[in-house]
Amino acid sequence: MTEKIGVYICHCGSNIAGTVDCPEVSRWAAEALKARGVVVARDYKFMCSSLGQELIEKDIKELGLTRVVVGACSPHLHEPTFRGACGRAGLNPYLCEMVSLREQVSWVHTDKAAATAKAKAVVSGGVERVIHHEPLESLRVPIHPATLIVGGGIAGIQAALEIADSGTPVYLVEREPSIGGHMAQFDKTFPTLDCSACILTPKMVTVGAHPNITMLTYAEVTNVDGFVGNFAVTIRQKPRYVKADLCNGCAVCEEKCPKKVVDEVFEAGLGYRKVIYRPFAQAVPKYPVIDRENCTFFLKGTCKACEKFCPTGAIDFEQKEEIITIQVGNIILATGFDLFDARRIPQFGLGRLPNVFSSLEFERLCNAAGPTNGRVVMRDGVTTPRAVGIVHCVGSRDKHYNNYCSSICCMQSLKFAHLVEERTGATVYNFYIDMRTPAKGYDEFYQRLLEEGVIFIRGRVAEVTDVPQRPEEEGRLVVQVEDTLIGQQRRIPLDMVILSAGLEPRHDAKQVAKMFGISCSADGWYIEKHPKLDPIATMTEGIYIAGVAQGPKDIPASVAQGAAAAARVIGRIQQKEIALEPVRASIDETRCSGCRICNNMCPFNAILYHADKAVSEVNPALCQGCGTCVAACPAGAISGTVFSDQQVLSQLEGLLLRNLQPATV
Amino acid sequence: MTSATAEASHPVTVEKKFMQQVMVNTPGETHLEMCIQCGSCGGSCPSAAEMDHTPRSLIALIRAGNFEEVLSSNTPWYCVSCYYCTVRCPQEIHITDVMYTLKRMAVHAGIKDPCAAPDFSKTFVSWVENYGRAFELGLMSMFRLRHDPLGVLRITDMAVGMVSKGRMDLAPKSIKGLKSLKAIIARAKALEVVA
Amino acid sequence: MKYGYFPGCSLERNAAAYDKSARAVAEPLGMEFVEVEDWNCCGATEYISLNLLASYALSARNLAQAVRTDGLGELVAPCSACYLNLTKCDKSMRESPSLAAKVNEALAAGGLSYKPGSMRVRHLLDVIVNDIGFEALRAKVTRPLTGLKVAPFYGCFVARPGYVQFDDTEFPVTLDRLLQALGAEVVDFPLKAQCCGGHMTQISEGMGLEMIRRLVKTADDRGADLIVTICPMCQLNLDAFQGAMNRHFGLNLHVPVLYFTQMMGLAFGLDQAALGIGSELVSSRAALAAIGATPEGEAGGPPKRVKKDDKALPMPAPLVRA
Repeated sequence: MTEKIGVYICHCGSNIAGTVDCPEVSRWAAEALKARGVVVARDYKFMCSSLGQELIEKDIKELGLTRVVVGACSPHLHEPTFRGACGRAGLNPYLCEMVSLREQVSWVHTDKAAATAKAKAVVSGGVERVIHHEPLESLRVPIHPATLIVGGGIAGIQAALEIADSGTPVYLVEREPSIGGHMAQFDKTFPTLDCSACILTPKMVTVGAHPNITMLTYAEVTNVDGFVGNFAVTIRQKPRYVKADLCNGCAVCEEKCPKKVVDEVFEAGLGYRKVIYRPFAQAVPKYPVIDRENCTFFLKGTCKACEKFCPTGAIDFEQKEEIITIQVGNIILATGFDLFDARRIPQFGLGRLPNVFSSLEFERLCNAAGPTNGRVVMRDGVTTPRAVGIVHCVGSRDKHYNNYCSSICCMQSLKFAHLVEERTGATVYNFYIDMRTPAKGYDEFYQRLLEEGVIFIRGRVAEVTDVPQRPEEEGRLVVQVEDTLIGQQRRIPLDMVILSAGLEPRHDAKQVAKMFGISCSADGWYIEKHPKLDPIATMTEGIYIAGVAQGPKDIPASVAQGAAAAARVIGRIQQKEIALEPVRASIDETRCSGCRICNNMCPFNAILYHADKAVSEVNPALCQGCGTCVAACPAGAISGTVFSDQQVLSQLEGLLLRNLQPATV
Repeated sequence: MTSATAEASHPVTVEKKFMQQVMVNTPGETHLEMCIQCGSCGGSCPSAAEMDHTPRSLIALIRAGNFEEVLSSNTPWYCVSCYYCTVRCPQEIHITDVMYTLKRMAVHAGIKDPCAAPDFSKTFVSWVENYGRAFELGLMSMFRLRHDPLGVLRITDMAVGMVSKGRMDLAPKSIKGLKSLKAIIARAKALEVVA
Repeated sequence: MKYGYFPGCSLERNAAAYDKSARAVAEPLGMEFVEVEDWNCCGATEYISLNLLASYALSARNLAQAVRTDGLGELVAPCSACYLNLTKCDKSMRESPSLAAKVNEALAAGGLSYKPGSMRVRHLLDVIVNDIGFEALRAKVTRPLTGLKVAPFYGCFVARPGYVQFDDTEFPVTLDRLLQALGAEVVDFPLKAQCCGGHMTQISEGMGLEMIRRLVKTADDRGADLIVTICPMCQLNLDAFQGAMNRHFGLNLHVPVLYFTQMMGLAFGLDQAALGIGSELVSSRAALAAIGATPEGEAGGPPKRVKKDDKALPMPAPLVRA
């Protein structure tokens, strides 16, 4: 045995030491594993502290350690810390092995003696494994300075502006004809009630005019290849049937188009748009698109009114879809959310009872630029309601639909209540389960609504009906609910009901996540690298997330995430190159049978197949070292650095304590 | 932490004991501890107006360990088994089944009938136990005579109508295997343990 | 197709018309019903209120008898309460082996046993809609129910709690479609899956009659000539107590209540007497006279949107469920 191994056991305060006898593990390692090359073993209260790290550094220098094993928390958290300590002391960082005594031992056991015995075995496994480690050098790859942002809502807009302002190019891809996202549909924003368009459109205009931003609206990403620093992204630009270079945005085409259809997207189905249209007046870019499915010319071969009246000859019925390929170094996904379809709860009446409105419908109804110019009226378009009910938690906090709290609905409902009261003087009822107003200025807004005389009834609405039971209910809507604070069922006659529907992941979030090589939670939101400490990164290097796509949140939080993701990307770009973990798989060409099983198993699309040679090859820059292919290869042709068969089998030997002299067991 | 140690470190309180008793006596998985007191049940209940507590309130009382008030409540007895509460509960608590459990526990505990419903059930069951089939005329007349003698008059025309249309038997009918049915019921009752 | 048939106490007497009409329409549809031998009462909602195990044993005896009688594995129950109790018993026994063991221990006292899952219990509506189908129904219609406005009434147990789910728990549609296939006009009846009151008329008369009032009044308000039910308890409440309800509230409503099998029989051209029509207390004679009449006011089609003077806002389309 030529290696000199140091073993370091962390107490992690009482996290490990509460269940594992750390000094005993340390003492045992020094003694029992001496024959395996352990020359020193120590335990310390917080090995990750500066003093703890210095212990390791000092031993490397003074005792000439050639290998280090740290028994502590999880490599996820502190592997970089201890590798760093080794590196500072002149030892190749990859000669350090971290074993988990917390997640895999102390936190999952209660019997101290058994946990201590297990900790010893885990350390023994680490020692056997580290013997077979080899010094590795991390791979350095250049970072392409351009960034792709997917989704032109407020989170994507914020990220685009931050990055573009730092002087590097940004591609902003948006599926709809205009950027702006959901925020563009709102009239007011809570709790300050500033006009949504007034604060959003300046940012949209800046995006549109920014020399560093290339907007690709009415476009969708169809493929992503490559890896951090060097992504190749394919984008499908749908035909607008309008030549951007000729269109001056005069909107004569829209005016002259003879056909109107219900606008299911921007107007949330509450209003109409022409077949050639911009979703709204302040749309960015200003060019309209022709909705091919409804266009009379495309359906019947005649009309072309838009073309006839266009003063610049910008209409082009021959336009074809374009496939664009771009190179970027980093990607931010800010793809937003879909509104919960409240028709799924039939007893709430949406789609059945005319005066039941979804929250997005109401946003359009009270929007000065909406179908009624901001008049809050009933479905007949004329009558002002005298009593309005707002139902909270629609589709949220319900095991039949979504388990989670959508987080914005309480505040949104308060905003609605204020707007209804202000514009109609109607009596407003809020039906809530729990009021959740936990951000700056939010509870103050709740207080304000209480002062304004809005009625709050604590109870989840049971049903909305138009069947009267009493004379005062005739011809009206009735909300049936238990007023839980008095323990009585009540029936409240109303003219209008607004369903504060929850936020859901985009219907295609899972496919999008798969395309970009990231994951979704069980609820369907993109999973962040760490829920508290790294909410904007993902487990895939170079892919960041921002806004509601990561989980329900309001505008301030979406903006903060957009900016945070941008800061991270800017930092990355400034480094010019990135060091990649050398933990990689490689394929022994002579043993590869070309079966391609590994090709599909790889979650990072890192394995290429060379049809000419009938062998597969791992792209080292794309490989994240997860080991899936290593385990899957039927020919045993794939091995992973740090995960070689020898390393894994030796660790098992160590775990089973077969490495010990019989007397010491 | 295993459940055994959880119990050791958190002794079962009086409150929890009653709630667990209710859950154990209810077939299937029912989690009263998951109730968020939203009132979907009380809002949906068609007979809530007759109840001294809404179903939601009754669950709160169960969790408070207030078994006397719970078992003497008329709420379970006015439950019409429409199952609206059950299908609408956002926490998927089987509220209707819990109502049945509370009725059985109240009868078992010998609680004074809070309304006429327990006697109605008992009368119904006695016909079934003695003949194997329900007997509507017997049920309605016996029950009415005990609880609302004048009410018999109010339903006389209905009963006459039913009899004249051939929709009501004048005497109960027995099943053939009555002896074996009685043996089954007797054995089932002997096996029934109310926790 | 051959099915085990569980009529239950109601169909024996008060709902004999349901039994009669179900058997009458079975034949033209190619269904054969084999009645479970010496069945007993399912316990309604009463037995389980007093004894859990005995109520399960009661239903399990029926299931055991059904297996013995028939062995086809499918048992049809026209009564919603019987249907619920039988499915509940089978489900609970499937989910809890210890409960199943106890129930079987009780059954053993009567020389019987039942293996959970060996009988698939189905409501008659489910069988007709899903095994026979609307197309086959339409093919048998010789006297379409045109001109007749009907309020479909499902009551509780077919919709909820949904141990066997073949329709929506809130707004079921199968009976609507069946009646449409027979040529009837189905009125919008939002209370279609609400409770008829069950035994409420007995234990709290005012409440029971109020529940009946809401249903009959709404059917009347919505222009229904009659209410069509799929459950004997619902029929009994809405029909037999309609007079008492009218007296109690000083109303004069007259909405006959028939079984869906009677409507099928009528559309198939069967004789009214063979369908038990006439045994309802609220006579359906006048209502049924409307069959064949042209519906008044053939205005046709929904009002057109997108007119210049039409200020009405568009409305979300009803959700189409897969």
